[in-house]
Amino acid sequence: MYENLLSIEGGIEELFVDPDPDKARAAFRKKERGLKNKVTSVKEAVDLLIKDGDYLAVGGFGHVRIPSAIIYEIVRQGKKNLGLAGHTSIYDSDILASAGCMDRCDISYVVGYEIRGLSKSARRAFESKKIRKTDWSNCSLAWRFWAGSAGLSFVPTRVLLGTDTFKHSAAKTITCPFTGKKFAALPALYPDVGIVHVHRADIYGNCQIDGMLVSDSHLARASKRLIITTEKLIHNEEIRSNPSATVIPYWCVDAVVEVPYGSHPANMPGEYWFDDDFFKMFLEMGKTEEGTKKFYDEYIYGVEDFDEYLEKVGGFKKMKKLRAQEKLIESGS
Amino acid sequence: MISFPLAKGVVKMPDYNRLELMVCVGSRMLEDHSTVEVGTGVPMAATMLAQKLYAPSIIAIFEAGGVAPIMPGLPISVGDSRTFHKALMASTMNDVMETCQRGMVDYTFLGGAQIDMYGNLNSTIIGDNYQEPQVRFPGSGGANDLGSLCWKTIVITPMDKRRFVEKVNFITTPGYLSGKGAREKAGLPEGTGPYKVVTNLAVLGYDEQTCRMRIESLHPNVSLEEVKENCGFELLEAPEIRMTPPPTNEELRVLREEVDPEGYIIGRQ
Repeated sequence: MYENLLSIEGGIEELFVDPDPDKARAAFRKKERGLKNKVTSVKEAVDLLIKDGDYLAVGGFGHVRIPSAIIYEIVRQGKKNLGLAGHTSIYDSDILASAGCMDRCDISYVVGYEIRGLSKSARRAFESKKIRKTDWSNCSLAWRFWAGSAGLSFVPTRVLLGTDTFKHSAAKTITCPFTGKKFAALPALYPDVGIVHVHRADIYGNCQIDGMLVSDSHLARASKRLIITTEKLIHNEEIRSNPSATVIPYWCVDAVVEVPYGSHPANMPGEYWFDDDFFKMFLEMGKTEEGTKKFYDEYIYGVEDFDEYLEKVGGFKKMKKLRAQEKLIESGS
Repeated sequence: MISFPLAKGVVKMPDYNRLELMVCVGSRMLEDHSTVEVGTGVPMAATMLAQKLYAPSIIAIFEAGGVAPIMPGLPISVGDSRTFHKALMASTMNDVMETCQRGMVDYTFLGGAQIDMYGNLNSTIIGDNYQEPQVRFPGSGGANDLGSLCWKTIVITPMDKRRFVEKVNFITTPGYLSGKGAREKAGLPEGTGPYKVVTNLAVLGYDEQTCRMRIESLHPNVSLEEVKENCGFELLEAPEIRMTPPPTNEELRVLREEVDPEGYIIGRQ
């Protein structure tokens, strides 16, 4: 039983992104080096930087510090045939997949909402062959971003080995030239577009993040184009007064958009807690196709932009409540 | 071998449910001052209970980068702000997994999935067609990484024939794979592997020679037969099968009032 898995030398699923480091260097060579003002709108960032067929990587942790405003706008603009690094990708992948924006996904975690259970709408999307799938683990995708950020074509690791996750990946085994030990070689991942929501950024794209970075410093560096949404814009002087806090440097960044509460309904560490009521409603509506359609009509297609969406989900009053919850303040209201 | 047959109508059902019992027993497994990489779901509740009652200096590590938080409430996610509340470090996934890969993490504590007699876990699909499965589950998340790299894997999951199966549809996370020596043959780090399985009926461990799952301790009012009936493969038995002590009032109070007042874990049925 399972013996065939022990000596398998390569995964059988599709490798969606070319790991060739020279092709990546050619793309990075063209990136802007100057300190230029990159502030733009959500609409324009999505319109100019995300093309049909692009492969996306989304920062944060699926329902923590995700760039919701950009995700909704991708759906609103009807982008098609997108690929996605499903790296603990929860609400973000659900919204894109259930809207039919995606045709391929490197999966390490989708469909589940951790303690809240599974999403029916995401299940319908990912159980269909309309989305081509290749499986990985969370850190194998994180390490693939790392290999990209380091300008390499692969990284040797000790995960995946002996399992169906390896079989249904696009990894290969490799023998260490020093020890003779077997490793899983993971191909570098160079996304076309990275999208990361941060706490603070200046107009050039120098970013500060509070709390865990997850894999975002690597994801940002490996991405050929990068969109940043930020809770607030700060002056360049603030960046320069504390350079050790810069976790994503401006030269990775192509667009900066100020979007307060831009991660709703997700948790934004130090700022606001999950909107539990909203997640309950979303997962409930997702149980039927009609419910899913109604959700998109009301909360995405039915609003002009993220400001209008925030009003719709409860406005300033709701945001104050979520801030108090995050800060463990008993507000009594 | 000791067994505890249920005398119908005689044994008074204690006032806790078996999920509460499972979380309490899980909390007792964790060793103070050890490093534990905590998976999502039930392990978060059991770890938080352990931190409050038995292992105040436990170093709980979360895959998004939280290291040794003092959790103010049950995290919803292994990446949310509660996983670095008053923590020693808010780091990165790469850092956490590299710490596992260099052998610094004693335990990983993983939640529910399909499991077989070698402790292999499936959290990816039900069905034979990978691209068009009957059910798509989340996938590995960090479980494959943790089950590959941490020294000992503890799994906590309710027990029934759908979950405890002869052969999993998909090995998402490695247990002992096909048996003794298989992990090393596959290239996984030496000396790592499954350690315990905490269920709603019993505590299971592994036979050293065969790497097969065995019954080590029966929960109160649970018979050996009931455990076997709820398992889809033949379970071995430890030389001495103990009885799990029931939950204490203090465990139940802290679990219900402080750890999971919303009933995310203990309210599931």
